[in-house]
Amino acid sequence: MSVKSVVMDGNTAAAHIAYRVNEVCAIFPITPSSTMAELADAWAAQGLKNIWGQVPVIQQMQSEGGAAGAVHGALQSGALTTTFTASQGFLLMLPNMYKIAGELTPCVFHVTARAIATQALSIFGDHSDVMSARMVGFAMLAATSVQEAHDLALVAQVATLEARVPVLFFFDGFRTSHEENKIDLIPDEQIRAAIDDDLVRAHRARALTPERPVIRGTAHNPDTFFQARESANPFYARVPDIVQKAMDRVGGLIGRSYRLFRYSGHPEAERAVIVIGSAFEVLDETAAWLNGHGEKVGVLHVTLYRPWDAERFRAALPPTVSRIAVLDRTKEPGGPGEPLYLDVVTAFAEALGAGRISAMPTIVGGRYGLSSKDFDPAMARTVFDELKKPEPKRGFTIGITDDVSHTSLTVAEPSFDIEPPDVVRALFFGLGADGTVGANKNSTIILAADPGRHAQGYFVYDSKKSGSYTISHLRFGPRRIRAPYLLKSANFIGIHKFDFLFKLDTLAAASPGATVLINSPYGPDEVWNEIPRDVQQQIVDRKLALHVIDASGVASGLGLGSRVNTILQTCFFALSGVMPRDKAIEAIKRATEKTYARKGKAIVEKNFAAIDSALANLHQVRIPAKAAGQKMRLTLVPDTAPDFVRHVTAPILALRGDTLPVSAFPVDGTFPTGTARYEKRNIADEVPVWESDLCIQCGQCAIVCPHSVIRAKYYDESRLAGAPESFKAAPINARGYPDSRFTLQVYVEDCTGCGVCVENCPAHSPADFAIKAINMKDRLEHLEAGRESIGFFETLPWADRTRVNFANVRGVQFLEPLFEFSGACAGCGETPYLKLLSQLFGDRLQIANATGCSSIYGANLPTTPWAANAAGHGPAWASSLFEDNAEFGLGYRLAIDSQTTQARTLAQKLAPHIGEDLVTAILQAPQVTESDFRVQRERVQAVKAKLAGSSDPDAANLLALADFLMRRSVWIVGGDGWAYDIDSGGLDHVLATGKNVNVLVLDTEVYSNTGGQASKATPLGATAKFAAAGKTIPRKDLALMAVAYGRVYVAQIAMGANNEQALVAMREAEAYSGTSLILAYSQCIAHGTDLRHGMKQAARAVASGYWPLFRFDPTMRRRGMNPFRLDSPRPRIPLEEYRYNEVRFKSLTQTHPDAAKRMLEEAQRGLEERYQVYEDLASRDGSRFELASQDISS
Amino acid sequence: MNLATRYLGLQLAHPIVAAASPLTATLDGMRRLEDAGAAAVVMASLYEEQIRAEDTAYALYTEQGSNSQAEAASYFPDLVDYNNGVSGHLETLQRASAALDIPVIASLNGTTAEGWVGHARELAQAGAAAIELNVYSVPVDPAVSGAEVERQTIEIVRQVAATVQIPVAIKLAPYFSSMPHLAAELVQAGAAGLVLFNRYYAPDIDLTTLRVTRSLPLSTAAELPLSLVWIALLSRRVACSLAASRGVETDVEVIKYLLVGADVVTTASALLRHGPEHLSTMREGLERWLGENGFDSVSAIRGLKDATHVEHVDALLRAQYVAALTDYLPGKLVS
Repeated sequence: MSVKSVVMDGNTAAAHIAYRVNEVCAIFPITPSSTMAELADAWAAQGLKNIWGQVPVIQQMQSEGGAAGAVHGALQSGALTTTFTASQGFLLMLPNMYKIAGELTPCVFHVTARAIATQALSIFGDHSDVMSARMVGFAMLAATSVQEAHDLALVAQVATLEARVPVLFFFDGFRTSHEENKIDLIPDEQIRAAIDDDLVRAHRARALTPERPVIRGTAHNPDTFFQARESANPFYARVPDIVQKAMDRVGGLIGRSYRLFRYSGHPEAERAVIVIGSAFEVLDETAAWLNGHGEKVGVLHVTLYRPWDAERFRAALPPTVSRIAVLDRTKEPGGPGEPLYLDVVTAFAEALGAGRISAMPTIVGGRYGLSSKDFDPAMARTVFDELKKPEPKRGFTIGITDDVSHTSLTVAEPSFDIEPPDVVRALFFGLGADGTVGANKNSTIILAADPGRHAQGYFVYDSKKSGSYTISHLRFGPRRIRAPYLLKSANFIGIHKFDFLFKLDTLAAASPGATVLINSPYGPDEVWNEIPRDVQQQIVDRKLALHVIDASGVASGLGLGSRVNTILQTCFFALSGVMPRDKAIEAIKRATEKTYARKGKAIVEKNFAAIDSALANLHQVRIPAKAAGQKMRLTLVPDTAPDFVRHVTAPILALRGDTLPVSAFPVDGTFPTGTARYEKRNIADEVPVWESDLCIQCGQCAIVCPHSVIRAKYYDESRLAGAPESFKAAPINARGYPDSRFTLQVYVEDCTGCGVCVENCPAHSPADFAIKAINMKDRLEHLEAGRESIGFFETLPWADRTRVNFANVRGVQFLEPLFEFSGACAGCGETPYLKLLSQLFGDRLQIANATGCSSIYGANLPTTPWAANAAGHGPAWASSLFEDNAEFGLGYRLAIDSQTTQARTLAQKLAPHIGEDLVTAILQAPQVTESDFRVQRERVQAVKAKLAGSSDPDAANLLALADFLMRRSVWIVGGDGWAYDIDSGGLDHVLATGKNVNVLVLDTEVYSNTGGQASKATPLGATAKFAAAGKTIPRKDLALMAVAYGRVYVAQIAMGANNEQALVAMREAEAYSGTSLILAYSQCIAHGTDLRHGMKQAARAVASGYWPLFRFDPTMRRRGMNPFRLDSPRPRIPLEEYRYNEVRFKSLTQTHPDAAKRMLEEAQRGLEERYQVYEDLASRDGSRFELASQDISS
Repeated sequence: MNLATRYLGLQLAHPIVAAASPLTATLDGMRRLEDAGAAAVVMASLYEEQIRAEDTAYALYTEQGSNSQAEAASYFPDLVDYNNGVSGHLETLQRASAALDIPVIASLNGTTAEGWVGHARELAQAGAAAIELNVYSVPVDPAVSGAEVERQTIEIVRQVAATVQIPVAIKLAPYFSSMPHLAAELVQAGAAGLVLFNRYYAPDIDLTTLRVTRSLPLSTAAELPLSLVWIALLSRRVACSLAASRGVETDVEVIKYLLVGADVVTTASALLRHGPEHLSTMREGLERWLGENGFDSVSAIRGLKDATHVEHVDALLRAQYVAALTDYLPGKLVS
């Protein structure tokens, strides 16, 4: 039987097995496990069969809790069933896991181990999630590598079928799940041979059936539960033997053997480290190096962690080991140690107590690698070295500098490198949009295709969604690559954007004599003087070989846009010499064709042309003897930035976040807002430039700008004194302000270049309609002038909010945005709504944000966009979870109401001291208009002034509560995955409470953040992940469901279609003293359309009747009027005209033309019917709407 | 009454064919046309340019944001059924060819040599009964001569005809200097039929916005004469089938085209305007007219009024021209 060697990541490796040995998969997307679910869904859509010749049933659920429930039900009904998850989602599965285990039901849960959100969320890998499941009763099996993720997935399935104890199979999130490595694929025949069908039939025989009825899930009383709980003990006792048997059975088939506890190292080791997961590989390679240098060390991997077999564990360690470090990739605050450490100590203590060993070894525990913190040989060596000390540190940390609790071990030699010289190590700095990562994934496949060569690829991403950088870490060598850590030194460095030389220390890892390739707009003769001096110095000192190519120019000339990947990939192969050039070019072309063949000849041809022209444009640069450049690296944040930004944010931006000590961080996850303004990203090639003469000052560009880079002020003409020459102003075109001037300022350094503003500008030059009042121009040409103008613009005051007309788009452009320069995708459809929210209510805004895109571009370090105004007031923002955001926001309101009541009571009580008139004014303040708010804020300040210094406890309490006398605006924000799926129950409950919270659903109709999986908001006929053949059911009409409550303010809005209506709806919702729900159409890259035209596409959605605009305002009933107002006209264009501008719909016409047509017709009919329903509602007499029993006044 | 005719070697029950239009873009649409009595359908064109543009858009949009986020390697499912933007078209053609009893003729509008040949091969493999080459290019380069345009057109036919086993027709624009010569050359290159003529988009200028607009209004009977003349002139002078296009509104135009020598008459505008059922009205009208005028078959009238029945046809046309001018202009100008 021929064994196929392929490059794949850990997720694919595990899913490959899981898919083949199961019949039902219940799925839900969560990083970093989503890929497994996506693959299962895609394979099923392609008709791929499992080993029994059946296509498994893949069912997406509304949450991981739902997935676990479905798994439980499917298992109870006899199907071999699995799921894939991580982190928060995994926690949601715990209740069902207890049940599944308690009922002795065989199955395997595949988990990419990931951090749990605590002081902050982290999508990255550690064992916090799986360690939370030690009590559920699942066996726990861990893999150390991509190959093991593959092999042990099969072992897990074989074992669970025999043991009846379910298995939690896990591997390190990202480090293993996302590492590309060459593995030997287990042929289907061997998978088939490993599974014993008698056991499968036995599982089926235990299933529920009316033919042999039983009941499960009974309720017990104190007399019986305990004994029954103990009844399964023999099954657990048998698990270690069964798992070893399964390892032997599978090992016999595949030729790779596994043990429950895998020891590696010196047979007479004195010191040993015990660990779970990929760090074993690092420790093992390091131990081998140390043993080669005369030491006696070893490392033990706990492959089967539960049930814990203490005897086998001890037996696996050489008896000579007397000093042990136990590494846990999790943290148990306040515990006597982390879980694995405690288990090891217990094992030895019990053995000592039983007389099986004569002396207790020295055992210390330590934490490493939380949230994918890199764990490298230098750290591994430090741990081994620590064990040499008479008193090794207990409860240590490794990989950080803990200057607070002093837990950390100091890595004596951070550059310690054990990589063999025959391993080619290549580091690539790319832009997200340039295809570098995709090309590098292809490179690993190309190189590993050679039987004698192995390859590994690991990819690090920036947290921004626009203009983001990527760093690819590639290794190629003659042996299996066991180095699950980032490159410490590289003999090839590719810098795919010239700007990186100024922002990042790209050559820090360059080994002496390394080859450097720069994508440079400057030729070989000019480039040297354009390179920052300290980079020149690195090149000279390390004798680096420098090559340049204008890949961007070549790509642009060939119509490839920013896709420089194949050009630079060709250069890499040519320069690195890892393969003969001709063979490499042929292989790159083959890979390109494979990637793009289905996407069209045009793309293939362009890429072939790019590959063919690459080497002709590649030039070596002659390196002068000295670095004498005039250019310097950029300071990443200005000197004027706050301390936190300079000392914490700036190092993170410079990729030196790992060096920040514990003391640099807030103890409770509380971070300052408004840090995005200090990071001038300069990512756009073109930025909008204002034509003051053509502008009609309508505010349409500012309101749609997703990144808050277009701002408007009006001011007295006299303020123009001292304005730089580049500063533009125009007479304001409102009547009654003859001396006022208007300026539209573009923040050129913060712009993403999306062009949405230009497309939304209604003003043209009368002579040339192509020239608008705002036009995209080269950023570099406008950079200096822009900086000067912005500097002056910021000295101008923002408009007095009491004089701004909040009722129209023209007016709100003058309101300061307190959400600015987010890292959202260029042209994001969500962020304009958030910016507007911040403009309208920002200084009294409190936001509960569900996990998703908005929590990532809203709060992912290093810089965050939510900001405060000059008075220090601004949105207070927090995110709890994905699945509880509605409830979390409701909690805000409950607390605010409670404390407001207390504050009012105290104010009344203290009126004699504060002043009766002031208290009366405060308590009776309407707090509706901006003038009201201003006066109330002044009153609250006056109260605080009067109370300051008072020793009266009531006064102190009122002082603490006085801010609640300002009416606070609570907004619950999230995407459709949150609102329609995972927290739909919570949202429904919140809507039913009638409490004064405002819910804003940024509706992209897919799970955008995790990569475009279908949600219940996904429309009929749309292609999405988990709906590759087109979604077969229409989206849920959440708006109508909320309308049914009768007393929820509901609006459906779409910027781009009717900005004015969106504005009115947001203001009405906020003013309504009950619950409000706004569904906001949000275009997204997952729609497959050019976001530059996103607003027009939103307008088409409305024009087609797919997304009717309406407002349901319960307060209208009290005035006898119809609360339901339809704000958009009847459908004016066929649905097709809207849909077929987007890949999500259009692609179905290629893959499933008949279904596409049928679904389009169904969708067209559906929208017509739905519109009819809305129209009926809108045309009713107001009296036909019931008044809710609890009347809520406006 | 025998309405049968042969076109591109295909035996058709009568001479009215549904031309390429949105109606023939889907299997359902083609089924409706068959049910309405079409003798054959020409499926909506496969536009190479559009496919290349759509493929490029598909590739770019599906790659948008991919491999640049830790949480999402991509934002679209990998659609293995997606094949160069033609898979949907080919599948529709394949299913229509299998499902319909009447011939399904594919229409192809290429832009590159590879596209013409490659897509023609795919269409043939998908079961097309014949291929109609929809040559739609506007020569705007002063450096390109008329002879060169003709050479390119002939070359397309030659290459496609050499590639596929099914009959190949070509739908031409009316703007050639010597249509009979070109027609002969095309036949020699392998064309089994000529479709006369293609229609171009009509540009206009919006005086409010100063924007250039374009439209393709449905044709009317007023457009009949151009094709009528050239079919009359080519009938029985070229060894291939002739299909009349443009200006077919009712059975009246069908009859006129048959009289000047058309083997079939294709119509799209009338069907779009009146619905597929209009086809049977046209067919019935043709049958009635033949009966009322004592003809027992379509072949009895085909070419009755073509140019072979007129001596010195050039002089005749010229005389007709002068006569027309005379009628229209004040007499003194032509005296």
